[in-house]
Amino acid sequence: MTEYEAVIGLEIHVQLKTRTKMFCGCELSFGDPPNTHTCPTCLGLPGALPVVNARAVDFAIRIGLALESAIAPRSLFHRKNYFYPDSPKGYQISQYDVPICSGGRLGEVRIHRVHLEEDAAKLVHVGESGRIHGSDRSVVDFNRCGTPLVEIVSEPDLRSPEQAHEWLTLLRTTLRQLGVSDVNMDEGSLRCDANVSIRPVGSTGLGTKTELKNMNSFRFLERGVRTEIARQTELLRMGEPVVQETLHFDPTSGRLTPLRSKEEAHDYRYFPEPDLVPLLVTGEMLQAAQGQVPELPAQRADRFEHGLGLKPGIARDLAFRRELAEYFEQALSCSDVGATAAVELANWIPQLMERIGSDADPADSSVTPRALASLAAMVVAKRVSRDAARDVLTMLVAEGGEPQAIVDREGLGALDGDDGDGLAAIVDSALAADPNAAAKVAAGNMKAIGPLVGYVMRETKGRADGGEVTRLIRQRVAQG
Amino acid sequence: MSEIVALTATAAIERIRAGEIDAAELFEAYRARAAADELNAFTWVADSAPPTPSPQSPLAGLPLAVKDLFCTEGIPSQAGSRILKGYRPPYTATVVSNLAEAGASLLGKTNQDEFAMGSSNENSAFGPVLNPWDRARVPGGSSGGSAAAVAAGLAPWAIGTDTGGSIRQPAALCGIVGVKPTYGACSRYGMIAFASSLDQAGPLTRDVTDAALLLSHMVGHDRRDSTSVAMPGPITRPHAEDLRGIRLGVPEELIGGDEDGTGIEAGVRESFEATLRLAESLGATVDTCRLPHAPHALSAYYLIAPAEASANLARFDGVRYGLRVAGDSDLETMYSRTRGEGFGPEVKRRVMLGTYALSSGYYDAYYGTALKVRTKIAEDFREVFDKFDFVATPTSPWVAFALGAKTADPLAMYLNDFCTVPMPLAGIPALSIPSGLSDGLPVGFQLAGPAFSENRLLDAAYALEQAIAFDGTGVRA
Amino acid sequence: MLEREQVVHVARLARLALDEDELQKMASELSAVLDHVERIRELDLADVEPTSHAVDVAGVMRADEPEPSLPRDVILAAAPEPVDGGFGVPSPGPSGE
Ligand SMILES: [Mg+2]
Ligand SMILES: [Zn+2]
Repeated sequence: MTEYEAVIGLEIHVQLKTRTKMFCGCELSFGDPPNTHTCPTCLGLPGALPVVNARAVDFAIRIGLALESAIAPRSLFHRKNYFYPDSPKGYQISQYDVPICSGGRLGEVRIHRVHLEEDAAKLVHVGESGRIHGSDRSVVDFNRCGTPLVEIVSEPDLRSPEQAHEWLTLLRTTLRQLGVSDVNMDEGSLRCDANVSIRPVGSTGLGTKTELKNMNSFRFLERGVRTEIARQTELLRMGEPVVQETLHFDPTSGRLTPLRSKEEAHDYRYFPEPDLVPLLVTGEMLQAAQGQVPELPAQRADRFEHGLGLKPGIARDLAFRRELAEYFEQALSCSDVGATAAVELANWIPQLMERIGSDADPADSSVTPRALASLAAMVVAKRVSRDAARDVLTMLVAEGGEPQAIVDREGLGALDGDDGDGLAAIVDSALAADPNAAAKVAAGNMKAIGPLVGYVMRETKGRADGGEVTRLIRQRVAQG
Repeated sequence: MSEIVALTATAAIERIRAGEIDAAELFEAYRARAAADELNAFTWVADSAPPTPSPQSPLAGLPLAVKDLFCTEGIPSQAGSRILKGYRPPYTATVVSNLAEAGASLLGKTNQDEFAMGSSNENSAFGPVLNPWDRARVPGGSSGGSAAAVAAGLAPWAIGTDTGGSIRQPAALCGIVGVKPTYGACSRYGMIAFASSLDQAGPLTRDVTDAALLLSHMVGHDRRDSTSVAMPGPITRPHAEDLRGIRLGVPEELIGGDEDGTGIEAGVRESFEATLRLAESLGATVDTCRLPHAPHALSAYYLIAPAEASANLARFDGVRYGLRVAGDSDLETMYSRTRGEGFGPEVKRRVMLGTYALSSGYYDAYYGTALKVRTKIAEDFREVFDKFDFVATPTSPWVAFALGAKTADPLAMYLNDFCTVPMPLAGIPALSIPSGLSDGLPVGFQLAGPAFSENRLLDAAYALEQAIAFDGTGVRA
Repeated sequence: MLEREQVVHVARLARLALDEDELQKMASELSAVLDHVERIRELDLADVEPTSHAVDVAGVMRADEPEPSLPRDVILAAAPEPVDGGFGVPSPGPSGE
């Protein structure tokens, strides 16, 4: 039976965090009384005209730069014609054949294009209204209408619902760090559609794709895409074709239903918007935007991995959560020891999160970056064993303070054979307590060393360093 | 008629400044005439004089008639359409507020072809406008109400809009002056859109001096209109006494008559040629020139304008304002019946034509090709203006025709615009002045120049006007 | 000559209800106009750039600064069906957008 693989591309709409709308001076609002943020332009009154919001353009350029897109020095706005009550002019002003950004990539996924457009109004279903009986009514609120949107279209480079979820998370973090959007899916400032098709594993062609809409949470995205992959696989297995259509995801039922308005394919009749002139991106605009682009998660993960020698997994875990990355970098700046310390330090952050809760911000915990840095340094310097260090961290979380102080107070400092703190004596008593294990070790059977080490560890309550103990045991039996 | 309404606007302003006449009295004189309008030129008339601005303001409170296509806050702005019947916008068009700031007082809103689509004013939901020269004939269109009102002395002057000839052609058929400025010279904000890349506001006046004065207060860059541009300099009062050194080009393709052989009327041609000879006698040189693509301008125009209109008129959907029909049915039925009953036949025709020209599979063949023809037409003009100062043609191939004469044949009606569509396609300014009478009906003479040549155009038109000495007072009685 | 079906399709796209007479008339009138305008397709326009704007202005933008919005009662005064501070409409199906 043929195995299929999924081919997934995402279309993401992002509301830009400007002060005013894309083409008029109405202030953006969230949750204000309906129709209190409108003007002739965003209401589509006769005679009104659009004028481009410069900050929206700046934000689009920042996004293009962050996604390594080519920024067009001259791009065009088009009219996308369709009748719907959320579209006051009967067309949406969008970009068509010459978008502001083309190409690019984010992580392992290529970007197809990024373009500017305007958001639609909100349609609220009210059922039978008092005014017209026996007929189902909706009410239009134009507050959201005209909010600047950026539409980001990925290439179909995603292969699983999980990967789609992870990549969208990366995109959201990236956009948030750019400061161009709230990227909040519940509030609709980040909206995601998916194009899904499947093909036999190994083939490079593309199957018929369907478009999934309204997956307005990360969970829904994953569920919607998974459901659709299953549906398509089922069809192909039964030898039935996949029909190209747009499906609406219903979060409550988890079902996908074809959109009614699709029974007649849309003909958007795109043509150049005659009320607007070509959009120019000058060198100054590029520079200004460039100055606003910080180091982004993907680049940061790369630096952690290749610059500091972290493992890819931990590098991403830290880089993709801004507060973790920043806490880590602060701690790093306090520790004078080199790369090994960085790796050790990185590994202590999940330990910290385990103790303060995975969603907490470590900066708010009682463990200062400096404290964590010196704890990691003590472990590297073998001044405290890893086991003991875990207890120290637990105490730091509880009461704060300096690890050294806690180690001294609790007498958790690592023991070693040379300073007369009696580790050698404890080793001797271990050998005495289990002579035949000692004999086996002497005879070269290293398996037998386990119980001896265990004895010492018990005696020292884990303060001794395992390596050091082993060294001493072999030394002692050798001396016979 | 009373002696004060016999004055041109410029003359009246001078008298007001001199304290010889009172602006409120002048307004009332015109208001009374407009209220008694028998030409159906007005769709709304002020019922009292607004507070008169200072006599020292540039326009000294002179009454102004405004085409219904311009939005005027709280005052009906219906674009000659049933779908906007009784609509009172919450804001005012930039051009109208510019004129108000300069001291113009709104006298009334004038009748027009629905959404400016027409050349006879027979496409108005408020009934046709009658031509004051012969009430059995059309005034031209689409700014027919403004043209008739000025010609008949119901208003000292008026503003209108020109997309393919909608100022120049009615001005010609009514024996007055009409100017279509360079595209972008006047803001389109608040002017209900027909074809956004072609629409321009302009003055309709009794003489060239009034046209220059009114235009000078209409133009200017508007931050609300991305396509508006600042004139290189102010519009000045014309004064030229002759045309020495002026080279007039007469495009063979336009005066030869169009491909259908429906050529220019004999009387119109005579008046046109007489005017050319007059121009020579004033020192101009007249020669034929070539606009090779001009014969295709009409075709390009009747693809581009309807295509843009099909989108511009999509907002009339019965949701936020205007007519709604079958509001209790399903959404699509509500849309279709509202628009089906709200729009007149010509508007429906053009919306259909434009929708078809943009629809998938036809865009390149129709709209795309038309945009390329537009490029060639602009090039043709640029080349002509290397050798000539202005292009001269008759404004309309014929004089005012009888009401109903062309309504049965849309294509024949479109041919009215044969000589006036090339200029808006190229975005260049053009004006029409009365050049005489043919069978007792006015004939229009059109001059077109390069972008922003308004001052030179008005100067030349002024010199010709003095020499022609057209008398339009007969219809102002 | 435009087919009746084409006219019906375009009327649907344009949301125009046309009765049978209008459909017939529209078909013949549009065909006549199309026959005329179609002549431009005979022109040689290879490598001619299209012109969508007559003036070459570009790069016009506004600063991101708020301007007063309209009072709600003013905009609703013109509404055919004002409901709960909004514009009432027959409920549509989900948008294809
Ligand atoms: Mg979009
Ligand atoms: Zn607005």
